[in-house]
Amino acid sequence: MNATAPLVDVRDLVKHYPSERAWLGLGKPKRVVRAVDGVSFTIAAGQTLGLVGESGSGKSTVARTLLRLTEPTGGAALFEGRDVFALPPGELRALRRRMQIVFQDPYSSLNPRMTVRQTLREPLAIHRLAAGADAERRVAALLDEVGLDAALADSYPHELSGGQRQRVGIARALSVEPTFIVCDEPVSALDVSVQAQVLNLLTDLQRRHRLTYLFIAHDLAVVRHTAEQVAVMYLGKIVERAPATAVYQEPRHPYTRSLLSAVPIPDPHAPRRRIVLSGDVPSPANPPPGCPFHPRCPHPKKNEHCRTEVPALREITPGHLAACHFAAEPM
Amino acid sequence: MTQPGGNAPLLAVRDLKTYFVTGRGGGTARAVDGVSFELYPGETLGIVGESGCGKTVTSLSILRLIPEPPGHIRPGSYIEFDGRNLLTLAPRDLRAIRGNRIAMVFQEPMTSLNPVFTVGDQIAEAAVVHQGLSRGAARARAIDMLRLVGIPDPETRVDDYPHQLSGGMRQRVVIAMALVCRPQILIADEPTTALDVTIQAQILELLERLQAELGMAVMLITHDLGVVAGTADRVVVMYAGQVVETASTAELFARPRHPYTEGLLASIPRLDRPADRLYSIPGNVPAATHWPAGCRFHPRCPHAWDKCRREEPPLLDAGTPGHTARCWLVVEPQRRRPAP
Repeated sequence: MNATAPLVDVRDLVKHYPSERAWLGLGKPKRVVRAVDGVSFTIAAGQTLGLVGESGSGKSTVARTLLRLTEPTGGAALFEGRDVFALPPGELRALRRRMQIVFQDPYSSLNPRMTVRQTLREPLAIHRLAAGADAERRVAALLDEVGLDAALADSYPHELSGGQRQRVGIARALSVEPTFIVCDEPVSALDVSVQAQVLNLLTDLQRRHRLTYLFIAHDLAVVRHTAEQVAVMYLGKIVERAPATAVYQEPRHPYTRSLLSAVPIPDPHAPRRRIVLSGDVPSPANPPPGCPFHPRCPHPKKNEHCRTEVPALREITPGHLAACHFAAEPM
Repeated sequence: MTQPGGNAPLLAVRDLKTYFVTGRGGGTARAVDGVSFELYPGETLGIVGESGCGKTVTSLSILRLIPEPPGHIRPGSYIEFDGRNLLTLAPRDLRAIRGNRIAMVFQEPMTSLNPVFTVGDQIAEAAVVHQGLSRGAARARAIDMLRLVGIPDPETRVDDYPHQLSGGMRQRVVIAMALVCRPQILIADEPTTALDVTIQAQILELLERLQAELGMAVMLITHDLGVVAGTADRVVVMYAGQVVETASTAELFARPRHPYTEGLLASIPRLDRPADRLYSIPGNVPAATHWPAGCRFHPRCPHAWDKCRREEPPLLDAGTPGHTARCWLVVEPQRRRPAP
């Protein structure tokens, strides 16, 4: 492990949404949706944390609160040692230069009425980084950096392919020279051949600029190729967190195991021992008591304890954390 | 499992051409441009390709669900089912087949369900139309179908509306709808793409089980070679409106002969083979209004030579029975360039 302080240090992040209210919105909220329920992690400078989970696990909410695109309910997020959640608006804006986000759907995250050039110049103007000929040079350099033809600068988003749009989204994030980028499912909407291009681009940019990534995905195979550390979320909580190789080779949580087994392997001869989970992900407005995973858990030793007691996220081997009562025992 | 060649195909697609007239002088999009393949009884055939390759238009053309205009199926196209050409069938005869003997499951379950009817009504509808079931019998059949697709508590769920179900349950309902008349062919267009990975595993397992129980042939349309590897007996790979390679699943994964298939296989991020950099196919899929001359893959192909730019290769016999590839390398293997 790195002895220096991590670039990003999230401590006990909580985001609760009040659910619908009775009496035409005037009554008391019926239930609280615990979208994120006490999440902690750190990311060392220049590294990637892969945050994995299914829909409704809270992974995107973590990203949005971390950048204060939505306000957190509780917890702290230290970025370069300062708490993002406690910053006054003026300082927050300055900090936004250092933290950027790349969204899943490049089509809905680009303004359809702005050309690529306008999209890339806007952040330069907002942060007063460059103007005039200087800004033009920056735009040309950015396009080159993300592998887009300079001739595309005057195109509108609808004239570009999905892969090209995502490159514009990446160029826009890079334009303000951030140190930290949240990649929120950046390749989920792309075709396989284009997905590989964009993943390779993100890897190259990380090396070139020593970028730190929080890489959010529902696909463990994609994260395998990008992250040094992996955290698996289920119902607003991290259930396993470890160096990537440990998660893939010795998963400790039964949810991680079934996620791994469910990834389709493109090899008809691969041994297939799919652990098919029964049922659906419960609603975060009404999580089950005890271990949130217990209603779907295929662990042979599952018992009454699991139904009543929430397992803590604890260190099983050095650097490898899991929230399962049986995590320390061999499967 | 059924080996091709042994018996007659259940469905034969011959030289299917489905074109779309695009607006604003964009020209004609040749979305499906001369596609041929067979589906044999009881097999699972994977149709694989990226967006824009024509796989969905192919499946919609089989059931004549292409909106005309702007689309039209060119004369000379032929889809044989039960000794008849589906493309020239009278609407009445076609309706007797669609939803009854050939059924379809679409990608997004919410858009194939009507939000104002209960799932029971929607499941039974096809059986009422095709088999003239009474109200009571229809309800009983809907409950049976919900049980068949693994929905717990079917007697209660039959009265639910689609919004009361999760995404995975909705897809089960859509599958129940498709199977209510016990079709001979199920066309499943990206049935798991919109679902989470653990739910995807449930649905794939369900389809596998139902196929074994009901003995139908399944045409599985997907962009995901991983899904194909686990479920299909044979695979058709499509690119730019054409079939570029066909083989048994084992053969295709062991010995892909078309550089596009090779590229697709190499660019998948894999759990079992982590790599620092992924292989990626350069460039983008061309537009359907402007397919490249010669071999349509040549601008992105690492092996292309002048012949590829001039002459379009036919589907060539690639050695083992049933394996064909639309690539000149099959006849001139010495042209293959070593991997960089």
